[in-house]
Amino acid sequence: MSRPRSATVVVALLRAQLRLELRTFESLPAMCLFAVTTFVLFHFGLNVFQMSSDLASGVLWVTLLLAALLGINRIYVADAEQGGFDGFLLSPAERSTMLVAKILVLLVYMAIVELVAVPAFAILLLEPSLWNAFPGLLGVLALGNLGIAVIGALVGALAVRTQARDLIGPLMSLPLLVPVLICVAGWTAPLFRYPEAVGVAVRWPLVLALYDAIFGLIAFALFDFLLED
Amino acid sequence: MSALEARGLTRRYGERIALADVTLTLEQGQTLAVLGSNGAGKTTLLRVLATLLRPHAGELSVLGHPLPGESWAVRGRIGLLGHEPMLYRELTARENLRLHGALHGVAAERIGEVLAAVALERRADEPLRTLSRGLVQRVAVCRTLLHAPDLLLLDEPLANLDPAAREIVEPLIGRSSGKARVLVSHEPAAALAEADLVLGLIRGRPAFLSAPAELDDAAVAELYR
Repeated sequence: MSRPRSATVVVALLRAQLRLELRTFESLPAMCLFAVTTFVLFHFGLNVFQMSSDLASGVLWVTLLLAALLGINRIYVADAEQGGFDGFLLSPAERSTMLVAKILVLLVYMAIVELVAVPAFAILLLEPSLWNAFPGLLGVLALGNLGIAVIGALVGALAVRTQARDLIGPLMSLPLLVPVLICVAGWTAPLFRYPEAVGVAVRWPLVLALYDAIFGLIAFALFDFLLED
Repeated sequence: MSALEARGLTRRYGERIALADVTLTLEQGQTLAVLGSNGAGKTTLLRVLATLLRPHAGELSVLGHPLPGESWAVRGRIGLLGHEPMLYRELTARENLRLHGALHGVAAERIGEVLAAVALERRADEPLRTLSRGLVQRVAVCRTLLHAPDLLLLDEPLANLDPAAREIVEPLIGRSSGKARVLVSHEPAAALAEADLVLGLIRGRPAFLSAPAELDDAAVAELYR
């Protein structure tokens, strides 16, 4: 018996997951609303209407990471509660296809959240112009999202099998996401410097890319064992 | 090549033994009926045979492949129809089957065939949450048969189906399908009528394994005491 093509399986899983989200809106609205609400709270709570540099970078990324946790906690819920895991395990498909599909799902979620959250952040809190920082910010968002998605897809699979998944998910994700946070915040801060952005230290993209790659390998190595009995 | 060969098959959940020392052989085209009260280990047996659970002791060969070592070779040749339909409620029948078709490398035309076989084409584009349990069970039958499995593992397969639906589904998953089958049922009379071999389980342990003709009512009644 031959195995189905992995690319076909990944596309099918991705399409199913995005369809589920479009019909239930269980994750994305909550993630977007959380991010925007947090910026509003910072706006009034800190009594700082404009921020730049390290503070702006930290506020943006902490908010995005916490919003991501809402999505991470839910990406496997339909699979666990409606027998999707068993249906998948009964098939000859490569186990890692589900990991890849979930990473892609989280990347899509994060991109949509950032489409809403970053302009909201710029309007509510950011002192320098977003346009000046935008080209550099795209790179940070891409690599940062990848780190969040890889860690989220792995930890989500672990957490969903436990009774206290809402606790276990963040508890396991946050320590693993701290290096991502350090890199993206360090990378973003010079882009948000006011009155003028300064050059980015090359170490942050490199360290982040390395961390993403290492965690990607760990996730691929462990994922089969997480799904199987 | 036998469809199933098990020797001393054992499975535990923590300290609790769910299945103990099950030994049986099922030939191609034969039906094994598994009887027992709730918690007797019937579903655990099906899940072990389906490669979803690993046996903790004993030897098991499914369709000529030793498990769990060659699980990958068996998956895709097994059709499991259990209590859970293994379908997403927010997706339509067709979307669910498209997903499972991709997981099994099945051509898209096959989806239309199985939907037609259970007379479900008209409702195939409605989300499952809007369908009755009987209709969802028919979609689950489609999922089970989509990849034309060689071995059917059936846990109360006719549950939720009305008499008309049973008539539609029966030729597909019943004895006349010609496939090797393991049939779990709470209706001993119906199961015995279909079986070549009957396994009775009490608290995970085999109480008997015999041909239906050799069984007396008392032995079956003992299972449910």
